[in-house]
Amino acid sequence: MTAAIRYDEVETGTELGERTFPVRRVDLVRYAGASGDFNPIHWNDRTAKAVGLPGVIAHGMFTMAEAARLVTDWVGDPGAIVEYGTRFSNPVVVPDDDEGAEITVSGTVKEKRGDNQVVVALTVRSGGTRVLARPTVVVRLA
Amino acid sequence: MAINRDLLGRAYPAPEPYEVTRGKIREFAEAVGDANPLYSDPATARDEGHPDVVAPPTFPIVLGMAGAGRAVTDPELGLDFSMVVHGEQRFRYSRPVRAGDLLDSVTRITDIRSLAGNELVTLESEITDTDGAHVVTAVNMLVVRGAAEDGSGSDGAAKAKEGAA
Repeated sequence: MTAAIRYDEVETGTELGERTFPVRRVDLVRYAGASGDFNPIHWNDRTAKAVGLPGVIAHGMFTMAEAARLVTDWVGDPGAIVEYGTRFSNPVVVPDDDEGAEITVSGTVKEKRGDNQVVVALTVRSGGTRVLARPTVVVRLA
Repeated sequence: MAINRDLLGRAYPAPEPYEVTRGKIREFAEAVGDANPLYSDPATARDEGHPDVVAPPTFPIVLGMAGAGRAVTDPELGLDFSMVVHGEQRFRYSRPVRAGDLLDSVTRITDIRSLAGNELVTLESEITDTDGAHVVTAVNMLVVRGAAEDGSGSDGAAKAKEGAA
């Protein structure tokens, strides 16, 4: 496992930049099939509204997968990830149109640890609202 | 309906090992739109020191459908899946999941509690290879909206805040 980023080159406060990922209904259908999570709140407006949601929402795990890409593309090797966790604080509502919604991800190195590990704090928004609470990735650098 | 506290600590071993294939990893990576070649090209993965293509960090959730899925559908638990949203998810990796893995998993119900009119159920899945070596631990907190019986503070805003996916 070789991360493309060297531990010595990173400081607390190093920014990982910002990325925006689209999420449309078709992405949720494809993710349902690939993940095996067919909960209808992720593809059926009637069900979503019946349980009190504003409409179909993205799988939290879809949002979490997109957010991870900021870090895996930064280090190159996904095998460098040691820990990844988040709470899901607000839904990503995905309208039934051609544009869907957007998930915007930015990240900052919050802490350097031993064993070449750094803690990356992510910020994940959709429609201006934070959708993940304290999403954090621990990654081992080269 | 409140969640049955008697099931706290119950373990659900997956009925059989999960076989990780290149095709499933590729399908999952395509579903999240991630073109990282380590998910699809064995030669690139080997150049990085992996024996075969690796899986994206959130891929272990696929195994959860076999292990954690058995817990959430346990009729004794009393969980209405249509009212479930995902509250929290964590992974701790000893190594990435990769093609060719045969993975065992045991899911335990590690916490059940009420908060703001919702029931929070935490499942912890230990995923190991067939030699028993740890690969990844997945901790999954589910929010069953409106399921708590005491109803304290069960206003819509609190429900919406607690789980959202």
